[in-house]
Amino acid sequence: MGLVRRISNLFRRSQIDREISAELEAHIALRTEENIASGMTPEAARRDARVRFGNQASARERTVAVDAALKLYGIVSDIRYACRQLRRNPGFAITAIVVLALGMAASISIFAFVDAALIQPLPYRNPSRLMAIFESMSLGPQFHISYLDYLDWKRLNKAFASLDVYTDARLGLSTPSGTESSDCGVVSAGFFHTLGVKPLLGRAFVAGEDLPGAPRSAILSYETWQKRYGSRKDVLGSTVTLNNIAYTIVGVLPSKFHFVPLEPVDFWLPLLPDDDCAKERSCHNYAGIARLKDGITEHAAEADLSAIANQLARQYPDADANRGATVLPLSELILGNMRPILSVLLCGVMLLMLIACVNVASLLLVRSEARKREIAVRGALGASSTRLLQQLTTEGLALAVCSAVLALAAARLAMTLLLKLVPESMTPAMPYLLHLRLNLHVLAFACTLAAISALLFCIVPAIRLARIVRGAEMRDALATGGRGFVGSLWRRFGSHLVAIEIATATVLLVGAGLLSKSFYRLLHTDIGLHPEHVAALDVAISSGRYPKNTDAITLRRNILEQVANLPGMQSVGSSGELPVGTGEDSVLFRVMGRPYHGEHVEVLDRDVDPGYFPTIGARLLRGRYFTKDDGPNKPPILIINEALVRKYFPGEDPIGKKISTDEGSSYMQVVGIVDDIKEGPLDTPTRPALYVPIDQDGDGGRAFFIVARTRIPEQEMLPLLASTIKKIDPGLVLSQPTSMPARIHDSPAAYLHRASAWLVGCFAAIALLLGAVGLYGVIAYSVSQRTREIGVRIALGAQRGSVYRMILREAGWLAATGISLGLVGSLFASALMRKLLYGTQAWDIATLMTVTGVMAVATLLASLIPARRAASVNPIEALRAE
Amino acid sequence: MSALYLEAKGYIMARNDLQGSLDLLVLKTLAQRGKLHGYGIVQHIQTASDELLQVEEGSIYPALHRMEQSGWIGSEWALTETNRKARYYRLTNAGRRQLKEAEESFELLVKGVRAMLRYA
Repeated sequence: MGLVRRISNLFRRSQIDREISAELEAHIALRTEENIASGMTPEAARRDARVRFGNQASARERTVAVDAALKLYGIVSDIRYACRQLRRNPGFAITAIVVLALGMAASISIFAFVDAALIQPLPYRNPSRLMAIFESMSLGPQFHISYLDYLDWKRLNKAFASLDVYTDARLGLSTPSGTESSDCGVVSAGFFHTLGVKPLLGRAFVAGEDLPGAPRSAILSYETWQKRYGSRKDVLGSTVTLNNIAYTIVGVLPSKFHFVPLEPVDFWLPLLPDDDCAKERSCHNYAGIARLKDGITEHAAEADLSAIANQLARQYPDADANRGATVLPLSELILGNMRPILSVLLCGVMLLMLIACVNVASLLLVRSEARKREIAVRGALGASSTRLLQQLTTEGLALAVCSAVLALAAARLAMTLLLKLVPESMTPAMPYLLHLRLNLHVLAFACTLAAISALLFCIVPAIRLARIVRGAEMRDALATGGRGFVGSLWRRFGSHLVAIEIATATVLLVGAGLLSKSFYRLLHTDIGLHPEHVAALDVAISSGRYPKNTDAITLRRNILEQVANLPGMQSVGSSGELPVGTGEDSVLFRVMGRPYHGEHVEVLDRDVDPGYFPTIGARLLRGRYFTKDDGPNKPPILIINEALVRKYFPGEDPIGKKISTDEGSSYMQVVGIVDDIKEGPLDTPTRPALYVPIDQDGDGGRAFFIVARTRIPEQEMLPLLASTIKKIDPGLVLSQPTSMPARIHDSPAAYLHRASAWLVGCFAAIALLLGAVGLYGVIAYSVSQRTREIGVRIALGAQRGSVYRMILREAGWLAATGISLGLVGSLFASALMRKLLYGTQAWDIATLMTVTGVMAVATLLASLIPARRAASVNPIEALRAE
Repeated sequence: MSALYLEAKGYIMARNDLQGSLDLLVLKTLAQRGKLHGYGIVQHIQTASDELLQVEEGSIYPALHRMEQSGWIGSEWALTETNRKARYYRLTNAGRRQLKEAEESFELLVKGVRAMLRYA
């Protein structure tokens, strides 16, 4: 009963207060009456009564505390008191809460990304034991595995419990309204078993399902099941037709499942080794995953596979010479490119949080100085030191809690905005971001931030006030209203804090500057073409409907002709790949007349038609482009890029030279040299490439991209493009048409650089603001504390200009220290993010100079206001105020 | 004294023994005098102890309110002989039981301390 009554008493507080006051008053009145009766004067009687009673306020408070929920009441009253204090000084409260909330919101939202990408486990069983495996070559460590190599690796390895391969395919899905393009993951039978994924419905593929002649089965991704099959449970057993082949649906994957290297995937199909590529050891078409056996390390596994690869290279030198093996954690493959960005971001927000905390702590310190007198008076009136500290703690806590609540709301908003920074074409590559929300991890992180900052806000003024309460400065504080000690302590401590703030802002600004510069460089890299007004889409002609190569060529020419005849079209071309793509698809090449010693020389291989180069706006350096006459029965020819000339024909004229890409069984003559076109990601150097006429390609160029240069803005042409092609043959598989500038703008490399430049830029802007506020606070405080000194100086004849200079010198010294510290720090920081920089040195002088200038101006502005105030001090008022 | 632990019938008397003895004195006063206000209780303790026990008068009120919360005493507002409103306290049944327990453990405490002091 007691507790309930105490808690309910909380709400009847004023009544209880009144009753207790009346009770105590009655006591004193009774004593006074009796004293008078025993012969004292009324005054002496009342005085004696009060002395005997002891501290009335304390007795009353303690009695109230008993009636209210013991301590609970004290806490409630502390919170009330803290809120009153904050309300009484709204400037301080708003500044502190907003500054802190800014820092927290940034930290929380970035942490949510870190959590979604790096902390939440991948949706596989025991994901740390999963490895991604590739063949390595002189060109790099991650190249595809051929089917026959895969079989040998699987059979011979001793390191893995299981080993499987996957590849992607774009197939034509037959629907009642025609053929649609669908993305398929093609995997060996043990793939899901290796990942340790249990389907939501039905079963995974079983052993033997990837052997020739096995019945064809398919597994649905969760999205496909939802969108195409309306989440029907009876979908199992029905059939789906892809490229005119019927597959039986045997399973549905869970919603959380994703496999980034292949995403987006609509259908999962077992790999059937029935095409030519599977019979050819040199046809490298797969990537692998494998689960380590217990006790085997990544290195041991790599050694094991490398030994097998070496053995295969000796056994099959034609196909496997110089090919080794690469083993890396699957998480590295999936998240590797996210890790540096996210760590940079997390470091950034942590710095920001640090600045915010330092600012608020310094504001609190300033306030505790201002309240020294109040505290001293309360102490003198009998408030115990624990009680005072408890009150201050509550104030710090109230600040932190208010900020945290505000920050959580802001973080929710920021997360939505940050997600918008991710272009739609990128989301399949980052499916884990779909689960981005304020989950328990994030809330726990927010609570930790709030707790740490609250602790800091309690400790800093508590140390300060404990001294006052202990009496060390009590008399001093009571006498002068608190000024004496300030000069030495706060100016020293506060200025250190501000120097750190300015240094932090400098580091962030330099980072932002370098990233922006590198992004600018990236977008203005010469990619060897003019993307403006170019639209692109990709078309696949199925071999089922057009078995003959000549039919495929005729169809493609027909499509191109119809597209070219559209109004507003300037020129049209086609190519096997688009520029600024993955930069893969290479061939072995050798030059006629040069000794060949089995060197493994790979160059990019692109099939293009006569219209391609003029349409994308490439630059012909020498020779000629292809013409319509360079058909399948004409002498084979090719065009090479400048990089190939530099690397393989230095000081030679390559025109007329003959090159083979099929181990010398046939040769093509070089007819032209084109300036380097960026085939791979924007931030990688251009590789040697050769271009062959698409009509002379072995399969007649069945999967190709159409590029179209338009006279009107290309976006307006996109729908017409698709519908025109669909009209020619509804069975054609088309991708969504895109515009070339958008494609470049949204390419992973551009996105990466843009997003990081933006984010770090935002942080730097906030940090700069916070640093300026911090400097302003310290200088303004110093000026307000030195009003008397300045008044005396002016009274003694100091010029206002010299007062100005004195304050600016104090600020300038701090700013200079902070900026130089920051410049040194930024050298380390930018060395850490060198990986993210493109065409920009980590110690880029222009950036460092600009940042120094910006910081100098900002700090000057921040200290100008208090300096003005100092210079306009009225000596008479300043001295009379004492 | 507060560091002493006396065991009696499984009841451990420890903690703040001064508070314990103030409770005992208040309960005993109410048992001897019936209904009484705070001032009366203080006076009674002083006179009954031959002025040996001096209570800081204000500190009796937190104790009274705590005991009321524990249900040992009840209270009501009434008029004094001089026609002044005061809060009168009286012992409840639970308070009588508590008084008995407190008296016993105090006797034990005194016995224990005395034995200790006489130990040669």
